[in-house]
Amino acid sequence: MPASPRVVIRHEDFDLATEVAALRDGDGGIGAIATFVGIVRDRHDGAALEALELEHYPGMTEASIEAMIDEAVRRFDLRGVRVVHRIGRLEPMHQIVLVVVAAAHRGEAFQACEFLMDYMKTQAPFWKKETGAAGSRWVDARVTDDAALARWGIAATNAADAPAR
Amino acid sequence: MKVAVRYFASVREALGTGESAQVEPGTDVAALRDALIARGGRHAQALGRQRMLRSARNLALCSEETVLVDGDEVGFFPPLTGG
Repeated sequence: MPASPRVVIRHEDFDLATEVAALRDGDGGIGAIATFVGIVRDRHDGAALEALELEHYPGMTEASIEAMIDEAVRRFDLRGVRVVHRIGRLEPMHQIVLVVVAAAHRGEAFQACEFLMDYMKTQAPFWKKETGAAGSRWVDARVTDDAALARWGIAATNAADAPAR
Repeated sequence: MKVAVRYFASVREALGTGESAQVEPGTDVAALRDALIARGGRHAQALGRQRMLRSARNLALCSEETVLVDGDEVGFFPPLTGG
């Protein structure tokens, strides 16, 4: 595995080319790199967005994403993974999350990248608060994100009503 | 026994970042939540059963049936909205 950490949570922005180069790091067995960059949109549910505040659960965030990467490595034949997730105040068009996956072949790279994003949406402890003209509000979880993870055979109930005790 | 409780997002805004709680051995997460709700006031509002919350024990998501041991850290928070 590369010397750089697999999971980074930070306020600062990231540079895609720098992160890809760090992951490749002279590994001639890499034949495919898939990347995902999440970006803050300028509108949400029709209303103009001024800013997002991203909160997380320090320690749990890193541990949970590490566990997701371990699961991705079990499922797919990978040569390296790197995840950068930003926290704090972000504005429209700012980058918010990066997933880079290196593999010998494109199929595994594409799939693992999507798997990790689907997993992170409902299982990593981040919360978004939006600020717009009407004030600030916490973003609601979406059942479609649970459905996205279910495609991989993982049951998620993040947005669904919790089962009765 | 004593457990550390941590709050995030809208729950944190209502109750602060966390507190400690004394509970009986064998208490599960649901019973801890009920004990906190029983404090009334803002606790009843922020943690009440009308709100769908998720929980974590020792930095991993857990169901409310999870049984706690002395020294555990339990987080309560709304559904996750990262990515």
